[in-house]
Amino acid sequence: MIRRKIADKVDPLNAESPILVAKATPPVTPPSGRARNQKPTLRIRPTQGWAALNVGELWRYRDLLWILVNRDIKLLYKQTALGFGWVALQPLIGANILALIFGRIAKLPSDGAPYLLFVFCGLTAWTYFSNSMQRASNSLIRNSQLVSKVYFPRMLIPLATMFAVLVDFAVMIVMLFIFMGIYGFPPTFRLLAIPGFLLLMMLAATGVALWFSAVSVKYRDTSYALPFFAQIWMYASPVVYPTSMVTNVVSAPWPTVYALNPAVGFIEGFRWAVLGHSALNLNILLLTIVMSLFLLFSGAFFFRRVERGFADVI
Amino acid sequence: MSDIALSVYQLSKSFKIDHESIRRRAYRTLHDDLISLPRRLLSRLGRNGRSTSEIFWALRNISFDVKQGEVVGIIGRNGAGKSTLLKILNRITEPTSGGADIYGRVGALLEVGTGFHPELTGRENIFLNGAILGMSRAEIRQKFDEIVAFAEIEQFLDTPVKRYSSGMYVRLAFAVAAHLDPEILLVDEVLAVGDVEFQKKCLGKMDDVVSKEGRTIMFVSHNIDAICHLCSRCILLRNGEIELAGNTAEVVAAYLGAGQQQPPVVNFKAIGSEATFQVAGLYGPEGRPSTSFSSNAPVLVKCSFALQRSIPGLQVSFSVFNFKGEEIFYSTNSMAEPAISVESAGTHHLSAMIPSRLLLPGRYFINLALHIPNVHLYDRRDQALGFQIVGMPGGYQGFPSEELGQIYADVKWNKTAEAGTQFSL
Repeated sequence: MIRRKIADKVDPLNAESPILVAKATPPVTPPSGRARNQKPTLRIRPTQGWAALNVGELWRYRDLLWILVNRDIKLLYKQTALGFGWVALQPLIGANILALIFGRIAKLPSDGAPYLLFVFCGLTAWTYFSNSMQRASNSLIRNSQLVSKVYFPRMLIPLATMFAVLVDFAVMIVMLFIFMGIYGFPPTFRLLAIPGFLLLMMLAATGVALWFSAVSVKYRDTSYALPFFAQIWMYASPVVYPTSMVTNVVSAPWPTVYALNPAVGFIEGFRWAVLGHSALNLNILLLTIVMSLFLLFSGAFFFRRVERGFADVI
Repeated sequence: MSDIALSVYQLSKSFKIDHESIRRRAYRTLHDDLISLPRRLLSRLGRNGRSTSEIFWALRNISFDVKQGEVVGIIGRNGAGKSTLLKILNRITEPTSGGADIYGRVGALLEVGTGFHPELTGRENIFLNGAILGMSRAEIRQKFDEIVAFAEIEQFLDTPVKRYSSGMYVRLAFAVAAHLDPEILLVDEVLAVGDVEFQKKCLGKMDDVVSKEGRTIMFVSHNIDAICHLCSRCILLRNGEIELAGNTAEVVAAYLGAGQQQPPVVNFKAIGSEATFQVAGLYGPEGRPSTSFSSNAPVLVKCSFALQRSIPGLQVSFSVFNFKGEEIFYSTNSMAEPAISVESAGTHHLSAMIPSRLLLPGRYFINLALHIPNVHLYDRRDQALGFQIVGMPGGYQGFPSEELGQIYADVKWNKTAEAGTQFSL
């Protein structure tokens, strides 16, 4: 029935779908005569070069995405005594260590805010970025059995991780609000900007994750390199120090170069929403938006380009 | 119903086998690639350097059509390209050249329990596995009870599957897969799991799927019985190419008989036993050795064997098997009337006649044995002889032979005057 419907609608003579068909090598002769007066539901051809993103297909598989997200959340802290307690405990301990070393001992500035709140604010944003990036990068390898045995848009696997890590983020946001209460920072309308910065963060992190996960299928080095990479990236971002500390020291083009790191934009954005003052300005915000979108699209296109070989290599 | 469901043409798939990396490691690292980069660039410039990689063709120029509602079996030895073909049709991997057109929703079952996670409960895994196989959540919810009932795991629905017995695990996995509802189903070797009882159930379910729902199915299996049972047509792959495609009986016979075109008369090597076969052969009615017989003529089986001492109770026997490996009948010298004894020391020559109008057209094998039944086996030669029967008994032209059962029964038909007449020969 479905086939008939499709056949009626489409020009029967070799109408090719632009999405499913890229270039074929060598020129393929059409199949037997009977098949030619119908439009296939699916054409399988070798593809070359860049492929379209095919967002429609991702949308059709949204049920699977949701189920994979669910699975990732359920699995993360299964068979641990503390369970989701770890989600709260990890950043709490981390923030205190950073506050002790960089706040008390190194006495780094914090734009006038209490250092612990200042660093926790940065950590909330950074932890999501770094966790999602690292977990998504290994996700294809962890799910190699799926990749080699069933078809679905492979992008769903790293994407599912991006959503699953949101649970950790939610816990940290709640803790952040508790810290705000403790330090006497009243909630303001600025907090409404948080979802916007979160979205930026997700776009940038997804882009990086797509790059790394696609590379990791062929080169397992990424799983060793990523922790260092994340650590270097963290110190290149204003997590333990304010952006003003950098911009006060360097001149002309360098503050802009510094802001090419999208983490600068969304971490400072978070600080602005929570603490009320930060180095965030329109320049940094625009740069962050551009860089996040660039990372996302370049990552997505690169992923699409290499994903066709995943099953053979993984 | 003659619409084409699937059309494959000139499909090829090659893999590059990198000799060096295979020798050293199973996977590549960035470091390896960076180090070998200059050399690779040089060899690309030179082009005459000895290449360390080799192209392996998993599939080469495969073309075939599958009609809607057809069940097609794909057979072949390991490495013939069966699984690669299904993987391409399921878009897991891309062809190197050529292509395929598919008319309808494709579902694939390349492995039982794909995506099952041991930490998750049975209930969670049903949804996970269903979604991975391409079902929507609504669809799974609708079929949930049916799946649970088929798998017989009601009490363990909320137990993590890592605590399941392997049987329960497989049952659940197959149950989910069996309720997949695509128009074209690709199945790879999934019946090779579970105990005999469950395999029967799976086969039964496959049967339902095939007959009632009229789906198009491509079925890869080493289980020739299942292939013969389910498939109307078969494709035999060999080294990535189609060796034969056609009706199942023919293709399966070619597959099983491939490379063992047996001579009509076989001389056996002696084995260190007190009773051994020496020669066996098949002869036609005129006494000429042959491996091809008309169904209207008898087949004469002759064998010679030697006894080093007299062995009381020794029997010589043979069994005839069809191409599926099913035993058609067994016969021993002690069934002879009057009795023939082969117990004395020395060489014995025997002949046994398989009556005409008994075997249906097809390929058959004969196993020979020298034994005291249930006590001792002296010599046994499996598939010692092979032959084929051609032509229907009496020139019957109705159904093909594989639809006539196992043997041809020479039934006497008579027209009677009225119902309930006295039986008279």
